[in-house]
Amino acid sequence: MCNTCGCSSSDGAVIYKPGDASYHVHVDNDEHGHHHEHDSHAHEHTHGRQVVVEQDVLLRNNLLAERNRGYFEAKNVLAINFLSSPGSGKTSLLEKIIPLIKTDYPVSVIEGDQQTTRDAERIQALGVPVLQVNTGTGCHLDALMINRAVREMELADSSLLCIENVGNLVCPALFDLGEAMKVVVISVTEGEDKPLKYPTMFLEADVCILNKTDLLPYVSFDAAKCRENAMQVNRRLEWFDLSAATGEGIDVWIEWLKSKLKKD
Amino acid sequence: MHEMSIALSIIDAVAAKAEEEHAKKVNGIELEVGKLAGVEVGSLKFCFSAAAKGTIAEGAALDIREIQPVGVCSECGRRFSMNFYYSTCDSCGSFKTDLVSGRELLIKSIILEE
Repeated sequence: MCNTCGCSSSDGAVIYKPGDASYHVHVDNDEHGHHHEHDSHAHEHTHGRQVVVEQDVLLRNNLLAERNRGYFEAKNVLAINFLSSPGSGKTSLLEKIIPLIKTDYPVSVIEGDQQTTRDAERIQALGVPVLQVNTGTGCHLDALMINRAVREMELADSSLLCIENVGNLVCPALFDLGEAMKVVVISVTEGEDKPLKYPTMFLEADVCILNKTDLLPYVSFDAAKCRENAMQVNRRLEWFDLSAATGEGIDVWIEWLKSKLKKD
Repeated sequence: MHEMSIALSIIDAVAAKAEEEHAKKVNGIELEVGKLAGVEVGSLKFCFSAAAKGTIAEGAALDIREIQPVGVCSECGRRFSMNFYYSTCDSCGSFKTDLVSGRELLIKSIILEE
């Protein structure tokens, strides 16, 4: 049972608004909800009529992602999916760039985490519209959660939408949200072999941001090697070195981002 | 554990098809999974059996065919077998290679009980 409204929805993601305790929306994943006890029917051989399906397993997610993408394109919204392991500094990066962008372009944010509205509260303090998606036990955002969240927001035309995915370098790589680009963030306190250990994410990403460069003198992180590793997996990656904490390198990334926000 | 989401997506797709075909039950599902699709076949099987409980696909046998990844060299055009997301061309040694198959995640067919 949902412990906010008492409805029967128990699993699935929930959308929250920071500072508004009574507001919440369930992202319904209904079709799977019915658990009846049956005897199990294990078959050694498979009998029956074979029907050709030839369908992508993620078709439903991908179709919904394309709907989101069409909506963003029609409104000239640049949607960016930010991905990283937990603690690489996605939220800190947003806190740094939003004040610098919002003077020229409206910005909205969708925050994804398993639990809490902490990240959304940090973003709300910047004075931009934000919704928090809590995935519950889920390890990634999907296109349905974004579709539902976007319907709860009034996205401004010609604006930036930052989607901060659940901190996880594996699962979110597989789920298209309808974004224009995926930005993967890694930090110098991680290993420079991360692009090789989690290649799917780096293969899917359009941009890689190496964060916390201010800590480079204190850690044994080989930044050049990390970049080389990432480029091996995906030679088309755009690369930026910066520190969200000190602001070093931020101007280059902001300039690049603003060039993407200008209508082509 | 995105394999649980994948398993649920398979069940959704298969249940819709089975309903369309007026079937009583789904006895088998034939899948194609690329070796670089980012899906653990073992986890997928485990999640599937749990997720299928109480659905039309409960107890269905998963027949998973793994697809060997193939790359194409953008310098010399050679097609070759790849085992990872990047690989140098085995003919000219170029790094400019692209994966053209091996990331499939496809429901090929289902076996229905009338």
